[in-house]
Amino acid sequence: MAEPVLATRGICKSFGAVTACKDVSIDLQAGEIHALIGPNGAGKSTLIRQIAGGLRPDAGRVILQGRDVTALGTAARARRGLARTFQVSTLAMEDTVLQNAVLGAMRACGNPYRVFGRALAAGEVRDRAEAALARVGLQGVAARWASELSHGQRRQLEVAVALALAPRVFVMDEPMAGLGGAGSRALTGFLDGLREEAPILLVEHDMDAVFALADRVSVLVYGSVIATGTVDEVRRDPQVRRAYLGEEA
Amino acid sequence: MSREGAVNAAIVALLLVVPVGAWLADEPFIVTLATRAVILALAGVGLNIALGLGGMISLGHAAFFGIGGYAMGILASHAQSYEPLFNWPMTIGGTQSMPLIWLVAMSVSGLAALMVGALSLRTTGAYFIMITLAFGQMFYYFAVSWPAYGGDDGLSIYVRNGFPGLNTLVPVQFLAICLMLLMLGLGFAAMLARSPFGLALDAARQAPERVETVGMRPYRLRLMAFVISGVITGLAGALYADLNRFVSPVMFSWQTSGEIMVFVILGGAGRLFGPVAGAMLFILLEHVLGGVSEFWHVYLGLLLLIVVLFARGGIIGLLAGRQVAHG
Repeated sequence: MAEPVLATRGICKSFGAVTACKDVSIDLQAGEIHALIGPNGAGKSTLIRQIAGGLRPDAGRVILQGRDVTALGTAARARRGLARTFQVSTLAMEDTVLQNAVLGAMRACGNPYRVFGRALAAGEVRDRAEAALARVGLQGVAARWASELSHGQRRQLEVAVALALAPRVFVMDEPMAGLGGAGSRALTGFLDGLREEAPILLVEHDMDAVFALADRVSVLVYGSVIATGTVDEVRRDPQVRRAYLGEEA
Repeated sequence: MSREGAVNAAIVALLLVVPVGAWLADEPFIVTLATRAVILALAGVGLNIALGLGGMISLGHAAFFGIGGYAMGILASHAQSYEPLFNWPMTIGGTQSMPLIWLVAMSVSGLAALMVGALSLRTTGAYFIMITLAFGQMFYYFAVSWPAYGGDDGLSIYVRNGFPGLNTLVPVQFLAICLMLLMLGLGFAAMLARSPFGLALDAARQAPERVETVGMRPYRLRLMAFVISGVITGLAGALYADLNRFVSPVMFSWQTSGEIMVFVILGGAGRLFGPVAGAMLFILLEHVLGGVSEFWHVYLGLLLLIVVLFARGGIIGLLAGRQVAHG
């Protein structure tokens, strides 16, 4: 198999006596959607935080495009092409939709610490931000305050900000959270087309979405990966059925 | 013009009309009051970059105000006594040139802000407030116990420092200098707010995690803003010392930090002209209520309470409504 775009090797993390991650090694290959599922408290969010850079693992490594990034912070990993979306929309609510998207595009083109010139001036940054908004269907509300958006639109904006980064890999923490059936289906269709651009590590509770999208699924239970495989393989796995899908073996 | 633009224009007009009127009516005291308001407004413009845009509640900004003041006091006192500042490795004397003094005041307060910011920005919330307060008090006690420059009594400068082509002892000419610097400060603050840096800093205040995930470090953004903020407040300190021709440790005191913060919030934190409106109201209240009762701060406190509870955008918010997106 080709070298994975994103990989973890033997990630361990404990909080006191609670083990959140136990020797977790997962791979994300180019062009794939790899879903990470597991019951509440399985350690999915903790793992995502360690991959994105907000939390340092006790042991193990995070490898992004062949480079060990374990020692790097969140910002440095983002600069190396890792785009993350949050489970709870994390946006600049007092800014406009366009400003949020521009924030995503700024780092990739130009110096974001520049005190001269306008952030929203016409040019590469703005074009890229507007293109990202158009792709998720928010072009019509670009001038609105982020705080005025509906929950579903905020979820879309989360994805747009990540898109504006032009990343090499997406790490998405429950992008469907709180979306209704229609919204969830629309986003599923969108993510389906996105995998060619950059692979997606997807944490998701919406099983319809996971089964429709995932090339591979890893099941996390009590901090350990108990199975990795295609949707069918994982669905058939007796351990998974016992631990996660709630069926008595 | 937006509603906020109209309010801002009205404030500028007021800043021009009142002193010119006072000058024509031969009321130098009012010109001096206006100058005080203008200088405090500039200090507020500095704090507003940290507080309003960056969300950093610094209770130590008097440190930079005081450093600016002492930069002026020390340089001018050496020029006054013809004693060089130091002799080694070369002889450097004092100066009474305002532009030179401003340059020194801004450089030293910027350096101090870099040091204070680098340490205190590792904390947030109440700890940040406490550590900036502690730094401010450190500077205060240092000034009190520095006998070479007056210690507790402060330093008097007999002649106001000079500016090429102007007679700075004429109140209205000194006011013109201060007003020009305030406008430059406001112009810079407006540019900053619209710049990529301003957008990122403002976002780091609202959602620091978001800023990190798009590849920027909130710490670096905040530190840059803190230094810029300190530089502007330091410049205001140098002007304030020149206005009074006197510096004392009071400029470093935490009450000074508090007063600057109070009028920035009164005027509207995060709004471009908030500090200007706040400083004008502050001086007006001090003058009018101060004549009625020496306990006028009680009324100021009451007003602050009302603004914080019912008018979150301060005076500017009350007059101009919600902030429009900076394009």
